Amino acid sequence: MGGHSTYQPKSAAEKWLHERLPIVELVKSSALDFPTPKNLNYWWTFGGILALMLVVQIITGIVLVMHYTPHVDMAFNSVEHIMRDVNYGWLIRYMHANGASMFFIAVYIHIFRGMYYGSYKAPREVLWIIGVLIYLVMMATAFMGYVLPWGQMSFWGAKVITNLFSAIPFFGEPITTWLWGGYAVDNPTLNRFFSLHYLLPFVLAGLVGLHIWALHVPGNNNPTGVSVKSGQDTVPFHPYYTMKDSFAIVVFLILFGVFLFFAPNYLGHAINYEPANPLSTPAHIVPEWYYLPFYAILRAIPDKLGGVIAMFGSIAILFVLPWLDTSKVRSGNYRPLFKGFFWIFVAVCIGLGYLGSKPPEGWYVIFSQILTFYYFAHFLVILPLLGLLETPKPLPSSISDDVLAKKKPALPQGQAVPAE
Amino acid sequence: MSTAEHADPNRRDFLYIATGAAGAVGAALVAWPFIDQMNPDASVRALASIELDIAPIAEGQSITIKWRGNPVFVRHRTQKEIDEAKAVPVTDLPDPVARNANVKEGDPATDVNRVVDGKEKLLVMMGVCTHLGCVPLGQQGDYGGWFCPCHGSHYDTAGRIRKGPAPQNLPVPIYAYISDTKIRIG
Amino acid sequence: MKLFKTLVAASLVLLAVPSFAAEGQKDAKDISYSFEGPFGTFDRGELQRGYKVYKEVCSACHSMRLVSFRNLSQPGGPSFSEEQVKALAATFTVKDGPGEDGEMFDRPGLPSDRFPSPFANEQAARNANGGALPPDLSLITKARAGWYGTFNQLINGVGGPQYVYSVLTGYEQPPAEAAKDAPEGKHYNPYFASGHWITMAPPLVDGQVTFDDGAPNTVDAMARDVSAFLAWAAEPKMEERKSLGFATLIYLAIFAVLLYFVKQRVWAKVEH
Repeated sequence: MGGHSTYQPKSAAEKWLHERLPIVELVKSSALDFPTPKNLNYWWTFGGILALMLVVQIITGIVLVMHYTPHVDMAFNSVEHIMRDVNYGWLIRYMHANGASMFFIAVYIHIFRGMYYGSYKAPREVLWIIGVLIYLVMMATAFMGYVLPWGQMSFWGAKVITNLFSAIPFFGEPITTWLWGGYAVDNPTLNRFFSLHYLLPFVLAGLVGLHIWALHVPGNNNPTGVSVKSGQDTVPFHPYYTMKDSFAIVVFLILFGVFLFFAPNYLGHAINYEPANPLSTPAHIVPEWYYLPFYAILRAIPDKLGGVIAMFGSIAILFVLPWLDTSKVRSGNYRPLFKGFFWIFVAVCIGLGYLGSKPPEGWYVIFSQILTFYYFAHFLVILPLLGLLETPKPLPSSISDDVLAKKKPALPQGQAVPAE
Repeated sequence: MSTAEHADPNRRDFLYIATGAAGAVGAALVAWPFIDQMNPDASVRALASIELDIAPIAEGQSITIKWRGNPVFVRHRTQKEIDEAKAVPVTDLPDPVARNANVKEGDPATDVNRVVDGKEKLLVMMGVCTHLGCVPLGQQGDYGGWFCPCHGSHYDTAGRIRKGPAPQNLPVPIYAYISDTKIRIG
Repeated sequence: MKLFKTLVAASLVLLAVPSFAAEGQKDAKDISYSFEGPFGTFDRGELQRGYKVYKEVCSACHSMRLVSFRNLSQPGGPSFSEEQVKALAATFTVKDGPGEDGEMFDRPGLPSDRFPSPFANEQAARNANGGALPPDLSLITKARAGWYGTFNQLINGVGGPQYVYSVLTGYEQPPAEAAKDAPEGKHYNPYFASGHWITMAPPLVDGQVTFDDGAPNTVDAMARDVSAFLAWAAEPKMEERKSLGFATLIYLAIFAVLLYFVKQRVWAKVEH
């Protein structure tokens, strides 16, 4: 990660530390001086937003644990104790609950950005794979967190999702019993989910460290997809991207604040304010919004095992995306056909999300099946073929050339702009 | 963004300073809920007062009750104990201050200042050694009062520290008689 | 920017996940309350009257086990004085103990006590109510939706208080079709969330509760008051939340503008 720094310890104390632990140099080279393409747009700020959201979730989570009781008889009441009695408990709990949704909004934008600009292509395959791992761990963490308040949807969500594992041939039943620690979702389940929900965010933090490491080896992709050719193409990360990211983060926090303060329960389910009742299932069990596309895929396949395989397959396929896309061109900006198919794919994902929220009956099932088929076709048929059939637009010779070319039309009246 | 603006370093500095200050203020404000959440919550604060029927406590007997999570000693003292406590000049005490939340701060640690309303029969005080928080044992130690087994602090029959590492007399919590046989602590 | 707009629209659709109406539940009557909208606050008089309706009518069967008497005097609530709360609490009998003899004993309620429950346990409650469990009302306005639909809920809220109001005022003669197989001991109410037949008999009659402030005590007025009271009980920190939210958003907006200019200043020297 080194090599970009011009760090020279000045004072005797800095020198002393530098000889023993060159941490200042590390921070300076990897966070401050790191050469970053100068043409990154706002879609690239979501990495920073995600880092902040992870920190927000960890801090609010640690605080909630100070007041929460992981026991089936007390969990629900302890959450209400936080909401009613603990100083600012309502604020911290709503932050954590809505923060999870914000985290997913940001991660979906981040993933689609990577897909559009081909950020998964060589030499960034490992970076992409670590990203998919992060996403998987996020999903597991969020699922177990949603169980902790022990409301009706917590309980039945836990039951339905853990029952997915019963589809595994031969070992299904012993595995679910093992997951539950009993013959149903009960106190042992709640306790282990609590333990893992506390553990996994730190695993996430570790994976994020790897993700950033893997980013810093090849450096950032950029909207042109053209690799950095010279120092002309880059700016130091600080202050250029620290300031741009900070601005984007604060704008994102405004969106967060609107939900947190003015519609804190909009993204949840009303029925989760009713304590868990193992004897009565709510009329409709729907997961949180961020799982809905996968829930639709699960229900599209009329076979238990087949549905589970399709659901996990829809995420697993992301791991091999770098090798399914055969195009040599990274950025969708220079791939006229891909661009169209990318937006169709986005629409399909949203469509699946909508269908996941609907009851599995009639036309909803048929549409789910069509969209599920398309989802897999996008990866397995369209992307491999596009790379072979498509004629990409000519690429700019460098990032700087592209930037200058875009500025040109404005130049005639822009003569007064000082040549900075 | 005109060139004129660029030439004015003061204005640029002002922008950076204002933004930095706004960020610092915001960070400080957002820290407060995370700090305050560790303070006693509303349900804990609401339990801060209890009532106690003292009629069943016979002379020479004491009971220990829990108030705000701490033991409170309530002792119906014998005349001998009261006399012993009164016989000690305040100047001989390691801690000459009453430590009684019901009298003026800094009042001398006379026996009568260790109770309320001059009702010297009933001694009410926190059962928490002022050294490091152990619970002293009753009617033990060199002065017939309380003795803390953890590090050997001796308290007299008015709960005043006489010997050992504890720096202060056992504190008397706020309490009041709501009738002849009932007190309210807190 | 096309990219931006499209993804914002996309995430909005994703965000706006519709739930489902429980079977056949009729949309609640969309009455308006003082506490709706970003600036809405509770009407103190309404909450105080609602408390009285709860105490004199609902509390015979429904518990509110998450609410304490002390909550009645906290800021953002019905604003009873501390003296009033002491007196209100003392009108209830609370089981405490064990005392020195090892037995449980009764004593008058204190502000720190929770609202006592009318039944000792779920079985006793079901036994006394024809097998149905009168739900705890502490969170009822957050645990029920008055209507469904993604944008509907985003704009109009989830409609929990309206649900309570509609059930209380929504008893009617069953249509001939439904009347044929009317279940024993149940009452027809199209607003009720689980089927149209509710075990609770119409709980309110005109003039049932006399309000100290002389406010109207029709079924409609009492249902409005008690549903507002329950909305407060479910979300007692709502006023604090909104005012803190308002201050936070103003701060964030100013900070965003400052950061935008800083960012422009920093980037001014670079073609990008």
